[in-house]
Amino acid sequence: MTATETPLTIAGKQYQSRLIVGSGKYQSFEQNREALVASGAEMITVAIRRVNLGQNKGEPSLLEVISPQQYTILPNTAGCYNAADAVRTCRMARELLDGHKLVKLEVLGDQKTLYPNVTETLIAAQELVNDGFDVMVYTSDDPLIAKRLEEMGCVAVMPLGAPIGSGLGIRNPYNIRMILQNAKVPIIVDAGVGTASDAAIAMELGCDGVLMNTAIAEAKNPILMASAMKKAVQSGREAFLAGRMPRRLYASASSPIDGTFF
Amino acid sequence: MQIFVNGDSVELKEGATLIDLLEHLSLREAKVAIELNQSIIPRSQHAQQALAEQDQVEIVHAIGGG
Repeated sequence: MTATETPLTIAGKQYQSRLIVGSGKYQSFEQNREALVASGAEMITVAIRRVNLGQNKGEPSLLEVISPQQYTILPNTAGCYNAADAVRTCRMARELLDGHKLVKLEVLGDQKTLYPNVTETLIAAQELVNDGFDVMVYTSDDPLIAKRLEEMGCVAVMPLGAPIGSGLGIRNPYNIRMILQNAKVPIIVDAGVGTASDAAIAMELGCDGVLMNTAIAEAKNPILMASAMKKAVQSGREAFLAGRMPRRLYASASSPIDGTFF
Repeated sequence: MQIFVNGDSVELKEGATLIDLLEHLSLREAKVAIELNQSIIPRSQHAQQALAEQDQVEIVHAIGGG
């Protein structure tokens, strides 16, 4: 059926699923785990934070519920507003995960937009690549910056579709297309997806994958939405591979003109 | 001696190591990463790493995030 489909390869590892999910904003670990299973995702982001001293004793930790043996854990640098904090967070993640090199770099610009701070992102990306990390980098949808991050050695470039948690969808598909035309590494839309059609649009554009958290976690039924997103990513991918029909201004009859009897 | 763990003051006996601190905090079995005065101390060195007065320790783990 899909003659040209190949697995998504990131940092030498192959993934059958092109959906990457977050682990934030869920009501419980159990809901998170069920949504993860329903999404079919093989990679899941986590945040690195201080342990709460003297609290939650005996409670399971996230990595006991979501096993690093079963899933690729993608530690992020969410909450970092400068390169130094982001690099420090990645090094802590590497120690936490026993030498794990794959990280999601995000350096934020301000709390209202959560737009990437691109200048600090570039500094951190270079330092992390030099230190041996496999960097998946969240960035703006600027084609020149995306190319520069690729040239630095990032293993995936992840432009936003819209602000983090906004659910506004793919606001600038033309920029995403420009990024895709020049890319030699996987391009993954990270942030902005609100519902299944947004994920399908990202994949129809030719993106290699989609990363989302809020669209699933804040759905009224996160587990059902996770299932919807799995299908949307698959159908968008298949539609991209199939090659869509051209857009026409006027109609084009589907039934033949020949053989009419009136 | 007094040290600071994740910004909070903690009293430990003289000569305590990082493992003693983890024991004190009931985190001996927890999956955590540790910085001592902004340098990461690998898990393999927790038992040997002595702590000193006014040390700044950060103990982190993985939590939900996007």
